[in-house]
Amino acid sequence: MKISRIFKIVFMIDFINGLLIAIKQVFKPKKTINYPFEKGKISPRFRGEHALRRYPNGEERCIACKLCEAICPAQAITIESTEREDGSRKTTRYDIDMMKCIYCGLCEESCPVDAIVQGPNFEFATETREELYYNKEKLLDNGDRWESILAANIKADNPYR
Amino acid sequence: MDNTYYYLNLLFVETYKILFLLIPVLVSVALIVWLDRRVWAFVQKRRGPNVVGPFGLFQSLADALKYIFKEIIIPASSNKVIFILAPIVTMTLALIAWAVIPFGENFVLADINVGILYLFAVSSLGVYGIIMGGWASNSKYPFLGSIRSAAQMVSYEISIGVIIVNVLLFVGSLNLSDIVLAQQKIWFVVPLFPMFVIFFISALAETNRPPFDLPEAEAELVAGYQTEYSGMMYAMFWLGEYANILLMCAMGSILFLGGWLAPIEIYPFNIFPTPLWLILKILFLFILFSLVKAIVPRYRYDQLMKLGWKIFLPLSLTWVVLTASYLFYFDLLPTN
Repeated sequence: MKISRIFKIVFMIDFINGLLIAIKQVFKPKKTINYPFEKGKISPRFRGEHALRRYPNGEERCIACKLCEAICPAQAITIESTEREDGSRKTTRYDIDMMKCIYCGLCEESCPVDAIVQGPNFEFATETREELYYNKEKLLDNGDRWESILAANIKADNPYR
Repeated sequence: MDNTYYYLNLLFVETYKILFLLIPVLVSVALIVWLDRRVWAFVQKRRGPNVVGPFGLFQSLADALKYIFKEIIIPASSNKVIFILAPIVTMTLALIAWAVIPFGENFVLADINVGILYLFAVSSLGVYGIIMGGWASNSKYPFLGSIRSAAQMVSYEISIGVIIVNVLLFVGSLNLSDIVLAQQKIWFVVPLFPMFVIFFISALAETNRPPFDLPEAEAELVAGYQTEYSGMMYAMFWLGEYANILLMCAMGSILFLGGWLAPIEIYPFNIFPTPLWLILKILFLFILFSLVKAIVPRYRYDQLMKLGWKIFLPLSLTWVVLTASYLFYFDLLPTN
């Protein structure tokens, strides 16, 4: 063994250097955020909680084409539809089982009228299983609540599509 | 009748004194757990627990509440009596050792003349709690963990014992107050600095702290001897462990850092109450403990044993001979 190495071991040079580095790190700015009080930035493409959007005049966008139901790999979506008095086809039932959903975003991709979208909300944990069976009402409600952000996100992502 | 009154009085006074010691110790254990997590987080540039109470100070309290309300699961094939006894033994032994720690001149629960031996004996007994827990669980990981722990604690106790002999050669008394008072001229950390370093490292091994946390090495043994424990019983192991760590810090500050003595006996320093200095020294050592936890990787088991038996034991024995010859040659051996 070299003398310098013995010297290093006996006086624990490496250990002391490590300790000094550790002390230096203590005073540096933190890399983590204070989560419940401040949140990280998320991309406009973020695939969070689902929402059904409306046109500005209040009409539902969804035309019950059932493309999302067909493409859904987890088969989480169930749609039933009927013809309304004015001759347009509308859904009578639009359910998403949020526990089956794998948040792949294929429903959003397949929708020809940007009706079903995945919004920026990821904090929708519930205490019971039943609350995670989303129906049409809940989804439309989500759409109304997040509309401004959803519209902005779709616009921001548009150039890349 | 007189006698009854005397003993009753004694009982109440002693109980009061014990509570006066134990409650602060338990509270400081809770705070020290928070401090440990906080220092660890800061070294890794995280924030650590900071939500419950100011700066997250009450985090341990919240954890304790959670543990109290959790179910205690006792494995069907375990030895139930010993299984329940093990955490109680660990915690009791960690707490009774505090009886002899002096917080100031004549400010000690039991000022016994063999204080250091008592401290050493009780901290050695601590291994029984772990062995009992690991064996009574009747499960392989706890058993392996407790075997490791037993071997490790026994090996490092020997070097700690020899280091204590070094200090005792300077003092000539086993009384902890005498040991502190003998450091009025100079703290023993100065003449015995290498021994202080070895004591610190042995204390890490003795309390199963990283880098010597092989008994609970989570990568290999799930959680070592604590694997089968849950709820309050787990919390008691955890309390005992941290009380032991605090005790080791207290022992280090009494043996080497001058206990309750102020760094310099001049005006701005000697106006503070004496326990404050001991607490500050304990805190200093504890922060070192946490920093070490944050920066070092775990030792391999054979490296651990090699370090204990082939390096620390010969080194501290040699140092005993050197100290004794030095004191004898210059006629400095304590006489009383």
